[in-house]
Amino acid sequence: MKRVVVAAALASLATAPLWVGGTYYVNIASQILIAAIFALGINVLVGYAGLVTLGHAGLFGIAAYAGARLMNHGHGHVVVAAGALAVTLVGAAVFAALALRGEGLGFVMITVALGQIVWGVAYRWISITNGDNGISVSGRPSPLGLSLASPANFYWATFVVFLAAVASMAIFVASPFGASVRGTRDQPRRMNALGYHVWMIRFLAFLFSGFWSGVAGLLYIYYNQFVGPQVVALTASAEALLMVISGGAATLLGPIAGAMLVVIVKNVASAYIERWNFVLGAIFVAIVVFMPEGLVPGTVRRWRGAMAALRPRAAPAAPAPGGGGR
Amino acid sequence: MRNLDKSFGGLCVTAAVSLSVEPGERRLIIGPNGAGKTTLFNLITGELSPDRGAITLFDRDITRVPSHRRFHLGIARTYQIITLFQGETLLRNVTLSLLGLSRLRWNPFVRLGRQEGLLARAHETLARVALDHLAERPLAQTSYGERRRVEIAMALAQNPRILLLDEPFAGLSIEERRDVRRLVTGIPRDVTIVMIEHDMDVALDFAERITVLHFGEVVVEGTRAEVVAHPRTKEIYLGE
Repeated sequence: MKRVVVAAALASLATAPLWVGGTYYVNIASQILIAAIFALGINVLVGYAGLVTLGHAGLFGIAAYAGARLMNHGHGHVVVAAGALAVTLVGAAVFAALALRGEGLGFVMITVALGQIVWGVAYRWISITNGDNGISVSGRPSPLGLSLASPANFYWATFVVFLAAVASMAIFVASPFGASVRGTRDQPRRMNALGYHVWMIRFLAFLFSGFWSGVAGLLYIYYNQFVGPQVVALTASAEALLMVISGGAATLLGPIAGAMLVVIVKNVASAYIERWNFVLGAIFVAIVVFMPEGLVPGTVRRWRGAMAALRPRAAPAAPAPGGGGR
Repeated sequence: MRNLDKSFGGLCVTAAVSLSVEPGERRLIIGPNGAGKTTLFNLITGELSPDRGAITLFDRDITRVPSHRRFHLGIARTYQIITLFQGETLLRNVTLSLLGLSRLRWNPFVRLGRQEGLLARAHETLARVALDHLAERPLAQTSYGERRRVEIAMALAQNPRILLLDEPFAGLSIEERRDVRRLVTGIPRDVTIVMIEHDMDVALDFAERITVLHFGEVVVEGTRAEVVAHPRTKEIYLGE
């Protein structure tokens, strides 16, 4: 049953440009995939490592800015991709080395501060980032001679990267290293006593998370062909964190569902409702109240509950002969 | 360990503690609450750093060795408050323990569930504490005594040369205590055991040598008979 649902979902995603109707909706679908890759990256830290981050938009933005700068210097797309991801990994290493000095709220606050530093650089260091005006680029890559200029082609290319992200997450979660990361979330002291290097495990998880945030940032610059300071703002980090929490942290499908929810409400509902932020906020409140574990695990729980309620109950046992009286 | 000092602010928790345990020995550490017994364990494992003094493990100075590395050198421990992975099965708990000393723990590419050798060793370890029949049960659905045995199984899975047991009988029923006692006494002699325990009925049977701590200082040390007969022990611990 689960495999059929997954196959159907993959088939519908793979063919989305053929049935969603119109370029606008194909672009929305691309945005969902980019946001989902970003949310999957954050989920490594928030869900599996138990480290809540509010600075990952900084890493997303570092990749986007680095990609934009490299492109505008006339480098080829392979160099752009490799360079942007390398810069993002260095950024993630710096973020991790500093943030992992704190635990709990301390960790969160350090990530906020680091994200704000990146935002400050994006906004004020004009010679590098062009300040408030941002950086525009022209052209999308043509891997294997296939132009990604059209919305449908760009969607399919993004879909391939998205599949790679999902597959890497699935492999990571089932691996010994994934088990180590979850262990450091649940019992860091016990993990230390079992011989695990808790700090290093978290550091590597941060790099993995940063890598996929960078991939999402790179796709963003190719999609938008523009990057400005709003990409690295605290609200962008908070929005991505909400994607993870609302969909269901520490699940594979949760961040994808959360990304879908946020991007659709942001783009589609905003076309009809002026105060769309209110709608998004109300949805988050409803999720927290009715499905505190997130949309995906919450739906699974409620579905199982409903199925159990519909199942016929076993008839009460007949009283033993001569028994039942007082 | 030699002259170990540890203070938290103005509170001196261990004061010039010197202690030597021979290989294969069964050492009991007793003392009233707040005597510094668990702190001593935390200093040995590196979870706390001493202000002064040195710790030597099998002729190697480990005072500056990072905490997680010490568990690769043959130390294993249990905690006074059971510290396990509540959401995982018994098998996964023990597997994590085995994985901790294996290079496989860094591998992000293979499936943990397909590591047949590791899983077989985890089953063997659970069988050693008579819990293999519950291998697939989530830890949260087991009794307190079973969890205590899982914790000891996890420590044994680390193939220790020195095992630190912090109140392994605390909170157990009479039956559970009997099971854990049988388990501890069955640990082979090549494993040195240092145990903190308040239950004197169980602990005195187990111990060959006893160290009495009081306000962070070693006040009495000797054989079972010597310590029990010592007036200071009676005064500060046995209430006579």
